[in-house]
Amino acid sequence: MNRATVSHHGIAFHRIYAMLLRYSYLLVSSWPRLVELIYWPTLQLITWGFLQSYITANSGPLARAGGALLGAVILWDILFRGQLGFSISFLEEMWARNIGNLMMSPLKPIEFLIALMIMAVIRLAIGVIPMTLLAIAFFDFNIYGIGLPLVAFFCNLIFTSWAMGIVVSGIVLRNGLGAETLAWTLMFLMLPLVCVYYPVSVLPAWLQTIAWLLPPTYVFEGMRALLADHVFRADLMIQALLMNAALLAASFAVFLWLLNAAKRHGSLLQTGE
Amino acid sequence: MNDGHPIPANPPSNAPVSGPAAIAVARLIKVYKTSRAVDDISFRIAPGSITGLLGGNGAGKTTTIAMIMGLVLPTSGTVEVLGHPMPADSAEVLGRMNFESPYVDMPMRLTVRQNLAVFGRLYAVENLKERIAQLASDLDLTEFIDRPAGKLSAGQKTRVALAKALVNEPELLLLDEPTASLDPDTADWIRSHLDRYRRERNATILLASHNMQEVERLCDRVIIMKRGRIEDDDSTAGILARYNRSNLEEVFLDVARGRAQAGTA
Repeated sequence: MNRATVSHHGIAFHRIYAMLLRYSYLLVSSWPRLVELIYWPTLQLITWGFLQSYITANSGPLARAGGALLGAVILWDILFRGQLGFSISFLEEMWARNIGNLMMSPLKPIEFLIALMIMAVIRLAIGVIPMTLLAIAFFDFNIYGIGLPLVAFFCNLIFTSWAMGIVVSGIVLRNGLGAETLAWTLMFLMLPLVCVYYPVSVLPAWLQTIAWLLPPTYVFEGMRALLADHVFRADLMIQALLMNAALLAASFAVFLWLLNAAKRHGSLLQTGE
Repeated sequence: MNDGHPIPANPPSNAPVSGPAAIAVARLIKVYKTSRAVDDISFRIAPGSITGLLGGNGAGKTTTIAMIMGLVLPTSGTVEVLGHPMPADSAEVLGRMNFESPYVDMPMRLTVRQNLAVFGRLYAVENLKERIAQLASDLDLTEFIDRPAGKLSAGQKTRVALAKALVNEPELLLLDEPTASLDPDTADWIRSHLDRYRRERNATILLASHNMQEVERLCDRVIIMKRGRIEDDDSTAGILARYNRSNLEEVFLDVARGRAQAGTA
């Protein structure tokens, strides 16, 4: 008896596993996809690594503080690549015109999103781990030397990247591939506001208020405190965690709302532009 | 179950289904911004039957099937599938049904075997390796089962899509133009397979098609749609008799061109 007999209630690991299998088959079958994962982070690191070397030799104590620039580059890449990894896995379904198959299967939206989250971390690891090793080898900057705080930084950044990825996917689901550009550009809206390369105090007062509404700001401030003052600001990480929890919950709600809107408008049958 | 749920017919269904229905559609309406794609249709489909949904382009066949699947939400009206309201109870039924449509593709870079492995897991198919082997044998996929889906001919892709649609041995199969753009030999082969599957598993099949011969050969019952409404609904023989025609193609042309049924002119 082969007929499917397992209950389709609740969150099912076998369905999440099926999606992970689908994305792993895709990655392994396509060397350009693998190279793309590593190529850009490496290029980023090399460029910024030389800049860091130059600044260290010529600037004051803050700029020299323990590779703050390279740390910022790597953490920004976690945020950006995390969202991109999520969105690209989702876009693969749109490009393949496979969304209808998935939505008609017992796969639940929450399981689909969990699979995309896991894939975002896997893709991130493929791209960023070589980048961190290069930083050690060529620029004498060991981000793992940060220790446990790195886990807090990483978790907060990846949570934000998932939330952004979920919202972007919902928008593409509702509006079709015409909205695909958002997947590549939306995170850059955050770049000046979350103060990746400079402290929040640089911003005008009204922009500081906005900056403190964004969880990654807490991470980058925390990183600077750690590298410049050797102080781990647990308070910043907890605030970021709470904001991320709210952001993720809101992103799930927005995705479900956009999915329903797509079903109302018949967009799932027309997943082109 | 559907017993006790009054399903108003509009226009009157000539093929009533007593007892539980595999699909029960009642007063279904879908309005998009600028058009009324489905306009107040009702029908019930008996378990174990093959029903053809006929109509020209824009008749509302695909939207109707999409609403039955839960891919499109109705503006009003209800859909029950295997005794469960859709999309509210979709978790109860999605594992027991499947579909094939020209509006979706299989992931092109994955091989046929990988695609079937992924979908088999999504549908929690037991003994998946055996099931894939069985499908490969039944649908003649063995020769290209380890080839990427994107590198197959149209006929091979259709067989693979059908394999995906059958991977969970569905009780209800929804097919939208299953033999479109296939050569006559492959199309005939697919039809034979569908007919055999229905007989062996007592499965219910709803088939949207432009192909009149296909519908005539396979279907116990035909629902003809035009501009979102049901123009006629009866057994194939009943429809041919009422229109005084020898084949469905002539009936289709009568309906498309607004010619009246025999005896009603």
